[in-house]
Amino acid sequence: MCGIVGIHLKDPSLEPRLGEFLVPMIEDLTGRGPDSAGLALYDRSVPDGSLRWSLRGPDTGCDWSAVATRLGEDIGQPADIKVTADACLLTVKAPAEQVRARLGEIAPQITVVGVGESMTMYKDVGTARQVCDRYGIELAGGYQGVGHTRMATESAVTTRHSHPFSPAPDLALVHNGSFSNHATIRRRLEDRGVGFETDNDSEVAARYIGDRLDLGDSLDDAMRMVLKEFDGFFTLLVASRDEFAVMRDAFACKPLVVAETDAYVAVASEYHALATLPGIDGARVFEPQPEEVHSWVKT
Amino acid sequence: MGEDVTQVLHPSVTEVVLSCRELTTRQINGRLRELPEGSVVRITEARGTHNLAVGLRHRLDITIEGNAGYYTAGLSDGPDVTVEGSVGWGLAENLMRGVVRVRGNASESAAATAHGGTVIVHGDASSRAGISLKGGTLAVAGDVGHMSGFMAQAGTILVGGDAGHALGDSLYETVIYVGGKVRSLGSDSRVEDLTEADVRRVRGILDIAGRDAGFDHVDPENITRVASAKQLYNFDALKDQRY
Repeated sequence: MCGIVGIHLKDPSLEPRLGEFLVPMIEDLTGRGPDSAGLALYDRSVPDGSLRWSLRGPDTGCDWSAVATRLGEDIGQPADIKVTADACLLTVKAPAEQVRARLGEIAPQITVVGVGESMTMYKDVGTARQVCDRYGIELAGGYQGVGHTRMATESAVTTRHSHPFSPAPDLALVHNGSFSNHATIRRRLEDRGVGFETDNDSEVAARYIGDRLDLGDSLDDAMRMVLKEFDGFFTLLVASRDEFAVMRDAFACKPLVVAETDAYVAVASEYHALATLPGIDGARVFEPQPEEVHSWVKT
Repeated sequence: MGEDVTQVLHPSVTEVVLSCRELTTRQINGRLRELPEGSVVRITEARGTHNLAVGLRHRLDITIEGNAGYYTAGLSDGPDVTVEGSVGWGLAENLMRGVVRVRGNASESAAATAHGGTVIVHGDASSRAGISLKGGTLAVAGDVGHMSGFMAQAGTILVGGDAGHALGDSLYETVIYVGGKVRSLGSDSRVEDLTEADVRRVRGILDIAGRDAGFDHVDPENITRVASAKQLYNFDALKDQRY
């Protein structure tokens, strides 16, 4: 199964309430995915030129201040940190490759969950409520967010295997469904030098879209290429810094409901996850057609 | 568990009100099962709740306020159910008897495997509408999605608007009438000439659907009949097999 939720706010006055909207939505889909949950949230609080790293420490704990101090000294820029449970948001003005390489040497026990100018990402094993409580999602602000509740069918239940997957800075993908030819596409991408972190089939779709974007595709075109290359069932929700896009497979085997008002676009695997949103009774509610990319761009 | 709220509609008829906010789905379906024959019921605060009014075997007049979830009015053999909103997947699945009416849209697989009864959708129905229909009637005033009528074995499907790709794939005895355009026919379905009997059959469905159901644009004498070409038609999987 698995559950997908997302909201893209058009009305900036709602941005302080992003977490307040998303938490009941994702929690409502716990029945579709009780084993893990994750979210990617987008906001504008990162200073120009800096990147914010969503990091996760080992179960044994992590001295984040020491990591930040050492990283700052090595690259000659101060690293700002915000720690919540085993997660740390580290903001620093330095190229991504340099920070990733230094982090790998200073603290190899740390996992990079995601990075970007706008995106923060949290994911973990457990119910949506547990994960949202652990990372204080309800209080988070921002202009859009995507979430996923996982019922694993193709690979192990671990934090790394859970959604969203982030193949590139500020890019997050959540998937409901399964791909049958993911191993073939994975081998082809590996031959081209694309790296993988897990054996999860959804990660292959995420890396594939990331690769297409590197080759110059727009996000909409990259998603359409998934229709050509992948065999399987899928509803995909992909967010980038400026865009929010959904697509269903040719048979529309996996559900998705979209609700659009002047204030927001919200999507969920099942309608009842949208029922608590303000103004839902007046929203235009529809199901995306099979093989059509529906996208909304931040203006 | 909250007490049922009743209100007087007429000196001899009271309406039972069951709120999805106060009661679990199991409690609501349990209350419905216990109500006397002929009761009038209003289910409120549906908010996309799944499995409302399922598995009922006696005559009730049920109205659901708002949008309902999956399998609304499924597995039922008696009640009339009206949804004053839209519904999720599997509307009236395996319906045996009764009239199920949706004033909004229906998601995938509306009236799947229905053996009897009538399912009326005032808006659109999504893909696989009337899949494996076994004898009931499905009438959709708007459009239906891809693979509607797939492997439908008996009964009638009326589509007031347009039909999506692969309409009537692997059809058996179900006849499909389409008022608008057919995007494509499925394997082993074909367009046939309309007969007087077809016109009467469509008129009969429109009479049941009623004047407010959104079928005003449908002309029973100018409609497309889709039925099985009977090239793949084979109920007996073991016939002519060699082992």
